[in-house]
Amino acid sequence: MALALALAAVLAVAAVVFVARPFLREPAPVSDRLSEPGPEERRLLELAEERDRALGALKELEFDHRTGKVSDGDYRAQVGPLRRRAAEALRSLEPREPSPRERSHGAAEPLS
Amino acid sequence: MAALGRAALLLALGLVGYALFAGSYAAWKRRRRLALSAQNALLAAFPAVVVAAIVLWVALARRDMTFEYVAAHTSHSLPLGYALSAFWGGQEGSLLLWLLILSGYAALAVWLNRRSRELLTWVVPVLALVAGFFVFMLCFVSSPFATAPAPADGAGMVASLQNPYMLAHPPLLYLGYVGLSIPYAFAMGALLSRRTDERWIVLTRRWTLAAWTFLGVGQLLGAHWAYVEIGWGGYYAWDPVENAALMPWLAATAFLHSVMIQEKRGMLKVWNMVLVALAFCLSIFGTFLTRSGVVNSIHSFSQSPLGGWFLGFIALMTVFSVGLIYLRLPLLRARTKLESLVSREATFLYNNLLLVALCLTILWGVVYPLLTEALRGETRSVSKPYYDFFLHAFGLPLLLLMGLGPLVAWRRASLRSLGKTFLVPLAAAVVTGAVLLGLGYGSSWPGLLAYTFSAFVVASIVLEFVRGTAARRSIAGEGRLRALAMLVARNRRRYGGYLVHAAIVMLAIGVAGSSAYQTVREQALKPGQAMAVDGYTLRYEGLRTTQSANAQTTRARVEVWRGTSHVATLDPGKSQFPVEGDVGNDVSIYHDPRTVGDLFTIADQIVPKTNVVYLKVLVKPLVNLIWLAGFLFVGGSLVAMWPDAVEQRRLAERYEPGAATAGA
Repeated sequence: MALALALAAVLAVAAVVFVARPFLREPAPVSDRLSEPGPEERRLLELAEERDRALGALKELEFDHRTGKVSDGDYRAQVGPLRRRAAEALRSLEPREPSPRERSHGAAEPLS
Repeated sequence: MAALGRAALLLALGLVGYALFAGSYAAWKRRRRLALSAQNALLAAFPAVVVAAIVLWVALARRDMTFEYVAAHTSHSLPLGYALSAFWGGQEGSLLLWLLILSGYAALAVWLNRRSRELLTWVVPVLALVAGFFVFMLCFVSSPFATAPAPADGAGMVASLQNPYMLAHPPLLYLGYVGLSIPYAFAMGALLSRRTDERWIVLTRRWTLAAWTFLGVGQLLGAHWAYVEIGWGGYYAWDPVENAALMPWLAATAFLHSVMIQEKRGMLKVWNMVLVALAFCLSIFGTFLTRSGVVNSIHSFSQSPLGGWFLGFIALMTVFSVGLIYLRLPLLRARTKLESLVSREATFLYNNLLLVALCLTILWGVVYPLLTEALRGETRSVSKPYYDFFLHAFGLPLLLLMGLGPLVAWRRASLRSLGKTFLVPLAAAVVTGAVLLGLGYGSSWPGLLAYTFSAFVVASIVLEFVRGTAARRSIAGEGRLRALAMLVARNRRRYGGYLVHAAIVMLAIGVAGSSAYQTVREQALKPGQAMAVDGYTLRYEGLRTTQSANAQTTRARVEVWRGTSHVATLDPGKSQFPVEGDVGNDVSIYHDPRTVGDLFTIADQIVPKTNVVYLKVLVKPLVNLIWLAGFLFVGGSLVAMWPDAVEQRRLAERYEPGAATAGA
C-alpha cells in the first residue's frame, strides 16, 4: 500500500512538472500570444490548395486520356480550361508587385 | 496494487480535465504557454493510464482474486494467455482498454503534429473531452479496481472466449473504434479554429485509413472466431454486437471515398464533416451497445450503470458536432459543383449514398427492438431477411460501383469513351453470368449477380493496372515490371485502393459461395455408420474423451473420403468447463484446396451411453476466400497508407513553406 502510494506520488509530481514546463521554461516571455494566420496567409493557403487541385486535375486528365478513359475530343475540350485554371492559380501565388501606395510607404507589411 | 491503479486513473482524470478546460481557455484567449501546458497534460495522461493498465494486467496474471474484476472473469485453472485477455473480457477492462488506446493515440497525434500548433490548440480539448468521459466512468461508475475479500476461486471465463482469436480480435476492434476519434477531433478542431482548409484531412488521412483497416481486420477475425468457435456453421449473424462494428466501418468507408472529392475538387466539405462525426458517434454507440447490456434487453440497460451515461455522452457529442457544423456552414461552402452525373466524382457520390443508406438501415435494425421494447413494452426485432434484403438492395449496387468507378473519367465522361472502356469488363461479366447460369447457379439470383458483378470488378481492376502500366511505359520507356512498380509507387492511394477493392470482391465471392450455394445435412450416426454430403462420404468411428487443465473434451472421430480418396480425419466434439458451468462446441473443418471451400462438421449432440452422435455437416464452397481476402485487404491498405516522400514534400511546402526545404 505504502509503495503504491509512493509510486502514485512520484507519478503525480512528474506529471505536474511536465504540465508546468512551458511556464517554467519561459517565466516571462516577450509574447504569450498564439500566432494566428492573417487574411493574406489564409488567402495564400487557399490559392496553394487551388493550384494543387488544378495541377492534379490536369495530371489526371492527361493520365485518363492516355489510358483511353477520355476520348481525344473530350480531352481537347477539357484541357484548355484546366490549363488556364492552373496558370491563374500559379500567377496568383507569385509575389505581388507593390501598389503605388505601398511604394510610397516603403516596404510591404510582413505577412503576419 | 488496486490503490495504485485507482490513483493512476484519478491522476489521468485530473490531467485530461486540465487539458479540456485549460486547453479550451487557451484556445479561446490565444494563450500560447497555457495551450502548450494543456498539450503536455494530454501527453502525460498516457503514462498514467499505462500504469493503471499494468496494475490490472499484473492482477490478472497473478489471479489476484481480491480484485472483483479478476474474480469475475478468471479462475486459477484458466491458462495465463486467456487470463491476460480477460482485460477486455468484461465491461470495466474494456473501458480501460478504450482509454489506454485513446490516450496513446492522442499522445502520438499531439506529438506528431506538434508543429501544426494552430489546429492542435482546439484538437487537444476535443480529445480530452472524449478521454475525460472514459476516465470519469472508470473512476466513478465502473472501476476495474474495486476490491473485496478474495473468494476461493474466480467465476472463470465464458467458454467461447477461450479461443486464440479472442487474444487479437477485441484489441484490433478497439484500435479501430478508438482510432476514429482522431479524425473526428481534428475535424472538430478545424471547425472550432475556423481552419476549414484541407489541413485536417491531410493530417488525419493515415489515421483514418489505419483505424478503418483495424476495424475491418478486427471484424474479419471476429467472423473467423464465430466460424470456428461458436459452432453454428456461419460467420456473421447480424448480431447487434457484430453490427456495432460494421456501422462505423461503413461510415468510415464512405468518408474515405468522399474525402478524396474534397481534396481533388474542393466539394463535399459539409458532407465530410457529417461523415466523420457519424463514424465517431457510431463507434461510441458500438461500445455502448456491447457494454451497456442493452443488447439483451432494454431493462438490463436501465440496470447497467453505464447505459444512461453512455446515452448522455452520445447525445452530447451528436449535439456538439451537429451544432458546430451548422455554425460553421458559411465556411464550408463549396465553390465548385458536380459537372456531370456521369463522372468519377458522381460514382463516389453514389457509393457514399449507398454506404450511408446501408449503415442507417442496419442502425434501424439494431435500435428497432430497443424502441419497441421502450415504447410498447414488448420486443419486436428484425431478423436475417430484413438485413439480407438491404444487403442485396444496397450491397450489390455497391459491388458494381467498385468496377464502374475506376472506368469513368474525372469531371465528365462521354458515352463514346465509356463504351470503349466498359467493353472488356462488360464482356467478362456477361460471359461469367451466362456460364454460371448454364451450370445451374441461377438457383440464387443474389449469388449469381454477386459472381457476375465480381467478374466485372475484377476485369476493371486488371484493366486499370494493364492500361496504367502501358501508359507509364509509353511516357517513361520503362520495362513492364518497373513500369508497374513505379505506377503503384507514384499513385499509392489509387492502386492500394484497387487492391482493397480486389479484397472486397474476394470477400463477396466467398460470402456468396458459402451462403447462397452451401449444402447442409444432419444425421444421427452410430460407430461404423456413414453419411454422404455433396461428394464427400463421412464415416463415424467412435468417441474419445480427454482432460485438459480446465475442460473435459469429448470428440467424435470421423473419416472423410472424396470419391474413393481418403482426404481427412475430423474430430468434432464438445468441451465441458466445470468452473464456468459452460459447454463449448468444438467444430472440425476440412479445408478443401480444390474448391477453396470447407467441409464443416459439428457434433450437435453426443450420447455417451450409446456412442451416438448427431452429426451436422455443412459444405461451404469458396468460404476460404473470405479469410484470404483479409491478407489482400491489409496489403492494399498498407500500400495506400505508405508515406510518399514526393507528396509529403509537396504538402509540407503548401502548409509550412519554410519547413519544406528544411526537410520536414
